[in-house]
Amino acid sequence: MKNSFKFHSEIPVTSLTHKWIDHKSTLKLVSPNNRSNIEIIVVGTGLAGGSAAASLSELGYRVKAFCYQDSPRRAHSVAAQGGINASKNYKGDNDSIYQLFYDTIKGGDYRSREANVYRLAEISSNIIDQCVAQGVPFARDYAGYLETRSFGGTKVSRTFYAKGQTGQQLLLACYSSMARQIGKGRIKMYNRHEMLDLVTVDGVAKGIIARNLISGKIEKHAAHAIVIASGGYGNIFFLSTNAMGSNASAIWKVHKKGGFFANPCYTQIHPTCIPIHGNYQSKLTLMSESLRNDGRIWVPNKLEDAVFLRNGSKKPEDISEENRDYYLERRYPSFGNLVPRDVASRAAKERCDKGFGIENNENKEGVFLDFSFSIEKYGKEKANELGIQQPSSLDKKKLGKKIMESKYGNLFHMYEKITNEDPYKTPMKIYPAVHYTMGGLWVDYNLMTSIPGCYVIGEANFSDHGSNRLGASALMQGLADGYFILPYTIADYLSKCITEKISTKHIAFQQAEKNVKDRIQKLIQNNGNMPVDFFHKKLGNIMWKYVGMSRNHIGLCKAIKNIQELRYEFWKNVFVPGYVDDGLNSELEKAGRVADFLELGELMAMDALNRKESCGSHFREEYQTKEGEALRDDVHYKYVSVWEYRKNYPISDEIMHKEDLNFTFAKVQSRSYK
Amino acid sequence: MNFKLKIWRQKNSKEKGYFKTYQIYNISSNSSFLEMLDILNNQIILCKKKDSSPISFDHDCREGICGMCSLYINGRAHGPDSLTTTCQLHMRHFHDGETIYVEPWRAKPFPIIKDLIVDRSSFDRIIISGGYISVNTFGKTIDGNMIPISKHQADKAFDASTCIGCGACVAVCKNRSAMLFVSAKVSQFALLPQGKIERKKRVLNMIKKMDEEGFGSCTNTRTCEVECPKGISTEYISFMNREYIQSFTI
Repeated sequence: MKNSFKFHSEIPVTSLTHKWIDHKSTLKLVSPNNRSNIEIIVVGTGLAGGSAAASLSELGYRVKAFCYQDSPRRAHSVAAQGGINASKNYKGDNDSIYQLFYDTIKGGDYRSREANVYRLAEISSNIIDQCVAQGVPFARDYAGYLETRSFGGTKVSRTFYAKGQTGQQLLLACYSSMARQIGKGRIKMYNRHEMLDLVTVDGVAKGIIARNLISGKIEKHAAHAIVIASGGYGNIFFLSTNAMGSNASAIWKVHKKGGFFANPCYTQIHPTCIPIHGNYQSKLTLMSESLRNDGRIWVPNKLEDAVFLRNGSKKPEDISEENRDYYLERRYPSFGNLVPRDVASRAAKERCDKGFGIENNENKEGVFLDFSFSIEKYGKEKANELGIQQPSSLDKKKLGKKIMESKYGNLFHMYEKITNEDPYKTPMKIYPAVHYTMGGLWVDYNLMTSIPGCYVIGEANFSDHGSNRLGASALMQGLADGYFILPYTIADYLSKCITEKISTKHIAFQQAEKNVKDRIQKLIQNNGNMPVDFFHKKLGNIMWKYVGMSRNHIGLCKAIKNIQELRYEFWKNVFVPGYVDDGLNSELEKAGRVADFLELGELMAMDALNRKESCGSHFREEYQTKEGEALRDDVHYKYVSVWEYRKNYPISDEIMHKEDLNFTFAKVQSRSYK
Repeated sequence: MNFKLKIWRQKNSKEKGYFKTYQIYNISSNSSFLEMLDILNNQIILCKKKDSSPISFDHDCREGICGMCSLYINGRAHGPDSLTTTCQLHMRHFHDGETIYVEPWRAKPFPIIKDLIVDRSSFDRIIISGGYISVNTFGKTIDGNMIPISKHQADKAFDASTCIGCGACVAVCKNRSAMLFVSAKVSQFALLPQGKIERKKRVLNMIKKMDEEGFGSCTNTRTCEVECPKGISTEYISFMNREYIQSFTI
């Protein structure tokens, strides 16, 4: 382990249940009258960045917040559908902090930090209270209390939700908290701005270089601390469920300035997306995992039926019960359709690889998510409630449909818009797609990167999800980091900065600004022949084929080589229209982002190649059990892989460090959902 | 499918805009409207003429929830399909060979930035004026179940809260009124016990700001409700009016 002195996880040495409480009591404070002298930059205004910006400014710090959208209300957290977890045990199903902790650790396949996950579970219930106070219209039962539902990988009902728009409601709540502070002048909001570099002075983060996307002006911003909350990098696959603008540039720039990158190869593939239709497609749409509460997943068990379904000569309703293969219920009887996302995704791939896919697309990929059973069940219950004797099947369908509508209305509507099929009448077609990246910048227990003064929160860091993220836990982490963790831990660092004056006059700012300008110039004057999308699609193909749902040694080596070649080709042959002094230029924005993806992609493949085991979202074909389940290797790989970029060296020369993972509270065992 | 597109091009807020005609061929009926524009843009880029820059338009999530996409298509906000954002609009809703007109939102409080992109920060300023509950976010609040809310009331507040802030209501209104947007937020909070404490101040401030920003008044033509991609009801406008009047009397 080389250079290990450079990073220390700062995890307090005490019993797991006391770590956070004890740690908080040792953190240094900044007195209220000093806080207004301190400036903090927050990059990204989704759930993590928005909640952090609101909380920090409410505490009295001066905050500058940046987002590339036209308003913080549009950050991609808005698209999260299903819900947010909290261990409140409102349902009396014996939920507890320990149960949430245990499910999350197990769900992450024992590749996450025990201390961080425990803290997350501890804080979870505060988040719900906070959001209720802010006016989030969570679903309620008839007695007026908060309603919950269940998600994959758990056996309790702990997911709080607002129909299929939970992310939207949570984001709008933290956006309005931000708005309140913007009104007071404590947050200075920079909409339509993109961070293009991190500025460090003597190895300490002191500011950022940003581009005003409307005027094209390059701006220098200094601050006492920088918080990056820029989200995940799933768009590297071109087709993903991420918003079109989601990118890796902010975290990649921090990495190249000395921030270590952890577990880059962990990309979650979400099992319930609408299958790909054609090669014109720009993005994939997710159907919330919560649908698996009321949907049964199946494919036909006869190959000829699959062919009939694909060519349209049979409808799903024509396949009789005994000719259906409810493969999740068959393989994993105890969790059934609610197995974690990685397990559900691989099981779907396995069926489609064997030829049972039902969608008429290029790769014949797709499975059914069938709601007819729940519609029937709910219809029957409602008919009983209303005292209807012997309801007809039409009555039951009508009543059941109403109940489904109240639970998932917008999702069904969205599906119909995209596919032109009515999911109340016929099963949805779904297939796995790239969704969430568990890897990200390495942070310590205080959420600080290996660069002092630079913090990373939410999806942009690596810390809480291990190699797989359970549903409804991303919203939980984003808000926990922003509302309840960072505001405490950042003070510890800032307490040393109260007399420090900041300025953008330092030579490091001029240098960083020049580098940014040079790169823009290079892109625009390149005068190649192909548009940016061409390279992005090609990169996406390489990533999906070799670094996607399953990986192997040969494929990963190929991926590394292909990405290097593509990167060379990009810089030789990309064409970016417009002029350097133009303002708004979305092709230029895309070009910068794809250039960064073309480097990060190589690191992802290198990381996947190094990890000779299967765990969570990382499935190495060489390491599997006879039944095709992931085979983990705890003896050799129970660590976080932490990559260090070396200035003036290619990506392939990055150094890997290991942060060993110790489990004291959770018993490490092989994951079984059977 | 093939289309003739008449698209509004405008270099910036100061210069005059104009319609430019484009032809596009072999578009799948399953592609979305924005995907069709992506294809067109790549064709423009491939021509490599410095004076023909790709068309700028706003978009992000492409799942109908972020509210970033806009576009006035054939005289309708978000195009011909109801309850749909432009990103969720698919080409199967058009006829082969059709001529399609594409324009930006046209409203004074939404100045044009470039081509089809407008500046909707006036909506942010309305929220900043009071569209929130003044609770701090870092401390301790009471347990969520200590504030029971009837299911009916919670559902009603939820329906109001689903507004995505896209601005279609303003774009289609002959008075350029933002009443649907503002009333949705006012109603969401006024319907919940947590929001009742500040309801008077909130409605006064938000309406004042809305007027300052130059949005017009509501004359109950209800086109906003028809074109709202989230189907927000004009009932909330009545609700807001009641709140407004009551704020003077209570």
